[in-house]
Amino acid sequence: MRQAVAIGSMVWALFAWPMPSASAQNIKIAYIDSFSGMMADVGDVATRQLRFAIERINNQKGGVLNGRKLELVLYDNKFSAQETVLAAQKAIDAGARIITQGNGSSIAAAISDFVTKYNERHPGREVIYLNFAAIDPILTNEKCSYWHFRWDAHSDIKLQALTNYIKSNQDIKNVYLINQDYSMGQAVRKTARDMLSDKRSDIKIVGDELHPIGRISDFAPYIAKIKASGADSVITANWGSDLALLIKAAGEASLHVNWFTFYAGGNGSPTAIKQANPEPGRVFYVVDGYANLGGKEAVLLEEEFRRTNGGKSIIYPQVIEMVEMLAIAINSSKTDDPKQLANALSKMKYTTIYGDEAFFRAADHQFFQDMYVASFVPLGGEVKFDEESSGWGWKTIAKIPASDTLLPTTCKMQNHPGQ
Amino acid sequence: MLQLAILSTLNGILYGMLLFLLASGLTLIFSVMGVLNFAHASFYMLGAYLGFQISQLAGFWVALVAAPLLVGGLGAAIERWGLRAVHKRGHGAELLFTFGLAIVIEELVQMVWGKLPVDYRVPAALNFHAFEVLGITYPAFRVFMLLMALGIFLLLFFVLTRSRLGLIIRAALTHPEMVSMLGHDVPKVFMLVFGAGCGLAGLAGVVAGPLLVTQPSMANTLGPILFVVVVFGGLGSVPGAFIASLTIGLVQTFAVSIDYSLGDALAGIGVGRPTDGVLRDIYSVPVAQVGPLIPYLILVLVLIFRPTGLMGARET
Repeated sequence: MRQAVAIGSMVWALFAWPMPSASAQNIKIAYIDSFSGMMADVGDVATRQLRFAIERINNQKGGVLNGRKLELVLYDNKFSAQETVLAAQKAIDAGARIITQGNGSSIAAAISDFVTKYNERHPGREVIYLNFAAIDPILTNEKCSYWHFRWDAHSDIKLQALTNYIKSNQDIKNVYLINQDYSMGQAVRKTARDMLSDKRSDIKIVGDELHPIGRISDFAPYIAKIKASGADSVITANWGSDLALLIKAAGEASLHVNWFTFYAGGNGSPTAIKQANPEPGRVFYVVDGYANLGGKEAVLLEEEFRRTNGGKSIIYPQVIEMVEMLAIAINSSKTDDPKQLANALSKMKYTTIYGDEAFFRAADHQFFQDMYVASFVPLGGEVKFDEESSGWGWKTIAKIPASDTLLPTTCKMQNHPGQ
Repeated sequence: MLQLAILSTLNGILYGMLLFLLASGLTLIFSVMGVLNFAHASFYMLGAYLGFQISQLAGFWVALVAAPLLVGGLGAAIERWGLRAVHKRGHGAELLFTFGLAIVIEELVQMVWGKLPVDYRVPAALNFHAFEVLGITYPAFRVFMLLMALGIFLLLFFVLTRSRLGLIIRAALTHPEMVSMLGHDVPKVFMLVFGAGCGLAGLAGVVAGPLLVTQPSMANTLGPILFVVVVFGGLGSVPGAFIASLTIGLVQTFAVSIDYSLGDALAGIGVGRPTDGVLRDIYSVPVAQVGPLIPYLILVLVLIFRPTGLMGARET
């Protein structure tokens, strides 16, 4: 009996003792993405960059709002929209009011939809969604939301940049389209067809393929088809393992074509490209920036990131910008309330780490910045940084100023709260 | 067109042989012991990871011998101390045991090697182009895989049909009580068969790891197809498993190259296609996009029309 009382009172004391909850002071950023399964490495890359950017704010600038730290909390959605909604609810229950995500437009649509409905039902406890890489145009057009902000140029903008380069290159005559079978891949295939027929009606589209996303380990059958079609160029918005394995299979089959990609800078792809041994300058990607552009801040950041992350490169520069701009919004609105943050972000102008002037468009919450088309070549000259220790890096081929990327939007924000 | 057909055949045979390596073990285990080993694909994954680890330390060729032995040994140990105890409680309990085993193995793999894919590379000795077919080169490693799988098939065939051990195993397949009454150590036979089956799965892993990405989800990717192969081929039949795996391998690979859809086929005989509504998608989706579904369609049809499979000795 006495023993029970003693134990009981110790337990009670433990729970009743006022614990300083440090986390109450932190501003939680919930990062929902795929940390297991075939796309796990993309989630890992983004996590490293988010941590890097957040630590810079917490350590070098002492946090935000006079000492409050940003805290990153991870939620694995196993690349499923249902799990994503559950994770978002879990995150909100744990006190997060800022949700971020990037990999998978289908997931992004689920989050955007969930956040919009949640905010309608819980005025005063709103949540904001920061999207750093989901590029289906629909998220800032038909399905736009006041609470969604997209930092990466959407696929129409990227295709605009790529097709402008293709327009000027008369060697390209037969193009093969291969994409992942989901919202973004389908959007890309349609827009690519439209843009190509518009700008170079002489180009023949010799193949148009959709494959299941994140499921295929062996792309050899698809490479065989590309070869049989006689294509000299391939346009693909594949990302993650789907791109790395596609290029790997192309290398094994000795398929030599031009690759016009969105994500050849991503995990595993540079290694696959180098192993596939193409001639220099045949693999292109379109991106908002990379260290070889030469800006002092960008170079310093790249060196620091590589030093602390085992040589990995900054693949998503927009993640760094997103965190910096979030901190600016919090400090300028003097609050972490998403309603004020959304207001601040929707009008924000920002100078990127590459020295470019960028800004958010209030009409659709799309971030606009200068875009670059780069090709993969051996180190030398301006190409100072290589990718994944391959000895090859990105060389600028073309710069597309932000003003040339201002595609019109059909967004009509329904849920804009009164100011 | 010809180029595509040749390459698809080669790739299809290769994929089929990989499936056979896995399916042969599974079909043996099921036929002899009546246990549907849900963890079979997990042993395949373990084989790939152990192959990676050992090849980091001692080279690929050592891994090729050591990893399947290790996985087979592990399988035998699991049978001796795990499955045997559960065996008394019936098939349902055995099924659950292997199901739980699959989950445990996946988590263990993630704990030891992490969630990201590991860089399991093709050994330098095999990293060249073996031959060229109409402009597309074929890597030597794939040819090696093909030869390996063929070798295993022949080995299995001869062991099962020409050796005493094979005789006992085949007898235990259909008359286990009689075999045990004749004085053979049936539990030991079971342990051997389970260990050998897992060892085969491990071998498939060591060889397929560099080709298909070595990562924790590889078991779940290949697992379902495995069951299709085993059911299609018929339980208790290694030749049946061989034919079934080749068929499924070829079907899946050829499906990718077919860009025609049901609507195209029907248009050929003059039937118009609906332009909207639910049926429009069914008519216009190209076969290439639904290729991965076809094996499951085969599974359903087999279960409806011929539950014993192609050459099965027992009902599924």
